[in-house]
Amino acid sequence: MRYLPQSPEEIRAMLDLLGLSRLEDLFASVPEEVRLKAPLDLPAAVPECDLLERFIGRSSRNRSLTCRPSFLGAGAYPHFVPSVVNHVLLRSEFYTAYTPYQPELAQGTLQAIFEFQTMMADLAGTDVCNASLYDGASAAAEAALLAVRVKKGRKVLVARSLHPAYREVVRTYLGRLDLEVEELPFGPDGRLDLAALRERSASGAAAVLLGQPNFFGVVEDVGAVASALPQGPERPLLAAVVTEALALALLEPPGRQGADVVCGEARSFGLPLGYGGPNLGFLAASKAYVRQMPGRLAGETKDRLGRRGFVLTLTTREQHIRREKATSNICTNQGLCMLAAVVYLALMGRKNLRELALRNLSKAEYLKARLREKGIEPLFSAPTFNEFAVSLRGTPKEASEALRKAQMVGGFDLSSPYPEFPRGYLLCATEQTPREAMDRAAEILGGLP
Amino acid sequence: MSRFLEEPLLFEKDRPGRVGVCLCTKDVPTADAEAHLGPLARKDLPARLPELSEVDVVRHFTRLSLMNYAVDYGLYPLGSCTMKYNPKVNEDVARLEGLANLHPLQDDRDAQGALEILWALQRALCAVSGMDACSLQPAAGAQGEFTGVQLIRAYHEDRGDRREVMLIPDSAHGTNPASSHMAGYRVEEIRSGADGCVDVEALRARMKPDVAGIMLTVPNTLGIFERNIREICEVVHAAGGQVYVDGANLNALLGITRPGDWGADVMHINLHKTFSTPHGGGGPGAGPVVCKAHLEPFLPRPVLTKEDGAFRWDHHRPKSIGKVHAFHGNFLVLVRALAYLETMGGEGLKAASQMAVLNANYLRARLRDHLALGFDGPTLHEVVFCDKGLPNGVTTLDLAKRLIDYGFHPPTVYFPLIVHGAIMVEPTETEPREELDRFVEAVKAILGEAASDPEKVKGAPHEAFRRRLDEVSAARNPVLTWTPR
Amino acid sequence: MNIPGDLKYTRTHEWIRVTGSEGVVGITDFAQSELGDIVFVEAPQAGTAVSAGSPMGNVESVKAVSEVMSPVTGTVTAANEALQDHPELLNQDPYGQGWIVKVALSAPGELDALMDAEAYGRYVAESGH
Repeated sequence: MRYLPQSPEEIRAMLDLLGLSRLEDLFASVPEEVRLKAPLDLPAAVPECDLLERFIGRSSRNRSLTCRPSFLGAGAYPHFVPSVVNHVLLRSEFYTAYTPYQPELAQGTLQAIFEFQTMMADLAGTDVCNASLYDGASAAAEAALLAVRVKKGRKVLVARSLHPAYREVVRTYLGRLDLEVEELPFGPDGRLDLAALRERSASGAAAVLLGQPNFFGVVEDVGAVASALPQGPERPLLAAVVTEALALALLEPPGRQGADVVCGEARSFGLPLGYGGPNLGFLAASKAYVRQMPGRLAGETKDRLGRRGFVLTLTTREQHIRREKATSNICTNQGLCMLAAVVYLALMGRKNLRELALRNLSKAEYLKARLREKGIEPLFSAPTFNEFAVSLRGTPKEASEALRKAQMVGGFDLSSPYPEFPRGYLLCATEQTPREAMDRAAEILGGLP
Repeated sequence: MSRFLEEPLLFEKDRPGRVGVCLCTKDVPTADAEAHLGPLARKDLPARLPELSEVDVVRHFTRLSLMNYAVDYGLYPLGSCTMKYNPKVNEDVARLEGLANLHPLQDDRDAQGALEILWALQRALCAVSGMDACSLQPAAGAQGEFTGVQLIRAYHEDRGDRREVMLIPDSAHGTNPASSHMAGYRVEEIRSGADGCVDVEALRARMKPDVAGIMLTVPNTLGIFERNIREICEVVHAAGGQVYVDGANLNALLGITRPGDWGADVMHINLHKTFSTPHGGGGPGAGPVVCKAHLEPFLPRPVLTKEDGAFRWDHHRPKSIGKVHAFHGNFLVLVRALAYLETMGGEGLKAASQMAVLNANYLRARLRDHLALGFDGPTLHEVVFCDKGLPNGVTTLDLAKRLIDYGFHPPTVYFPLIVHGAIMVEPTETEPREELDRFVEAVKAILGEAASDPEKVKGAPHEAFRRRLDEVSAARNPVLTWTPR
Repeated sequence: MNIPGDLKYTRTHEWIRVTGSEGVVGITDFAQSELGDIVFVEAPQAGTAVSAGSPMGNVESVKAVSEVMSPVTGTVTAANEALQDHPELLNQDPYGQGWIVKVALSAPGELDALMDAEAYGRYVAESGH
């Protein structure tokens, strides 16, 4: 076995040193009654060349977005990833390292975390950002738990226009803790219904979770939402949940508009779709909540010679010290995904990231206009970013089937999470969506009976 | 010249006007952001995104990488972390276009290859653990724990049985109590016996109807196999409880013994430990959960099914605890784990566990005359020493930091909490004998220095990119983002 | 180790200095030296009700958190705000500038159950330190 270095002679010599005759003797402390008597029921070992062939076969049984125009977003947005990102990730000094507990041997990882925290806090408009979480959905759940720690309330208000899977994960995280999760409706423009918000937040909620942009791609007026909340100690913590981090390059940062927490998914920054994972959750917040934040944080300090260095800090929040009283059970972050995002953002820079976001908006607006020409109107009137909902002429299933026949990947069927829109269809266009494909898709969708 | 270059922060390297990437060709008219978004459009550019050339960026991260220690450089003996070699072919496999560029919400018909991978991995993890069902959704070990404990909770509640307490040994990792707490349980610690194992009689006495279950790490964090594991499962089951096994140390047991056969009900498996997926400087990991059939109805939605040779996600799971991840978990990590499993095969996995235990016991035998053992009994894949007998006020931390100067990553220190000044060493199966010997010689040399020149040890590391860092002022006055001076 | 004679002590290493119906509370020199460099203090705000033997706050070092138990029952009248920016006062002057809260006592009889300096000194010595 090529991953096991010891030769038979070396194994013999090592066993001799231990005074043992066989490898089996190493397991004398495992009682006979629980020893496995038969070999593991697994296929035989595969050599490298066959393994590659097997996986190439599996890979080719998927119809991925490579060379296949797509209109599918709904929380996972296809973007171009420059080659540099992958080359940095393949440096084994990064990917074969552990969590940076020994700072003297991990300044590379720690400095990258510090850079990530700085960039994300800027994009979010907050004071601080953590070193990442698993994904946007668990980040939303962690924001709700943070609010419950800070605010003492037992009720969490979640916009019904937040990503359905995120809402479900929030329920999974909060459901067994005797916390109440209540949904807030959206208005006819697709934005949060502020009257309902005023009414339901008046009676002591700990948090309001709001998508920005929301699941319909609609850009929320976070400032108006913040103003509609009760003020003073009764004010719930407002969390803006981002599913498409690229939007942050074009939108007024939620943290500047009154959101206390900005969290969500930053997979768009340099990571492949990967059938939905690994992703890059993040949680950014105002400084006031830093000791209640979940997840790792890197901080600047000095070494004994006075040179700048970085360490994991405020670790008493974490499970290895506070155990059941920790702010979260999270133990790692998504280290390498975070690194991808730092590299990506460093390559893009402030101007190109904004330009890219603008191009996403432009593509989506182009598609919106083409569909309008075919009589397919947006479901909502509020402005959107790179994704928007329409009301189809046929059913969403027919639409996706027709696009699939044309070697394209259709949008998201809204009728299942939102039964009130039996013809609701969510379409996404990014810099990866060619104009010609949008024209064809508009023809196909416009031609549905 | 030092082999390290000082490297400024990205923001300090910012040179407005430099370009690191060329955007794709424009093929639609540019929209007017102000017109579309009005006051919701960001008015300024994000100041903390630097403008750099591609070369600047590549140099920056290459220089940062040189400040890190890594498995590909040498022994990384962190106890309970299983820092084994990360096979290179797995990286290639995870980058195949058909896997990397697949959207998570694509039609099941268009993702059959991906679903086949997940199906094969589920089967393999069940085979290795002796369990009946599997969910690949949890994104890390801690999320797997949370999911597993939720399964226990849902199972009891489904039977109308309200239970409030989760029992956890004092040697457990901090995620166990934290995960139980997040699932709404009150945590009660159970003390380890003199042999480092659970005191079965004390457990029997505590097993009242309020106890939902027990979370056990086997072998435990001392590397000791719970010799009464079968009896423990019986005692817990007899009182209506469930047994959760933390699979953090599964690397000791592959092909040797299976938690499902002991009577365990549910466990999580850290793919980034036992199944070789890279730790990545702190993730992404993956923490699949495997369980017995009676817990299967409660698994996170959706569940993978196979009908007439075709795979399909089944979303209709009325008893499910719900989702724990937005999509299907850390898919590209799962791909790497399957590539490892298929490379190793059953025999290879067993050999890996044997070699992991051989390497750990070899280190133990060669070091035990120099460092005091935390517990004397037989151990498997890791060995815990304590700080007893360290001379001249030299501490565990000093020893750990001095190892850096000898070219090693330090072991896990001060854990488990029940051993004073713990030094927890897990070499894994992928270390050659001479690397282990080199480590032994380094420890012996440091102990010599501790006796003759303790200040040298207390001041370590001397040869790293940085000397010891001031964690106190970092915590007193947290500086968590860069601001221009 | 410094154990002033005019204070009362708990088994959880807090001290209280009583003047009239008000007590000043902190942690002992022994407690601060066991914890090491203190980086954060979480104390209850004025107006908070506290009860004898129950947790009322935390002190944190880099790698440990320790609960601070109230030695008495009563209401917090003031918290030491200087500790927010200068937690090191707890290390430098545990019985003076490092005080944590002032409490208006509602059951002064509880003081009889606390240790005097001599008893506390013995207690620390006996617990193996």
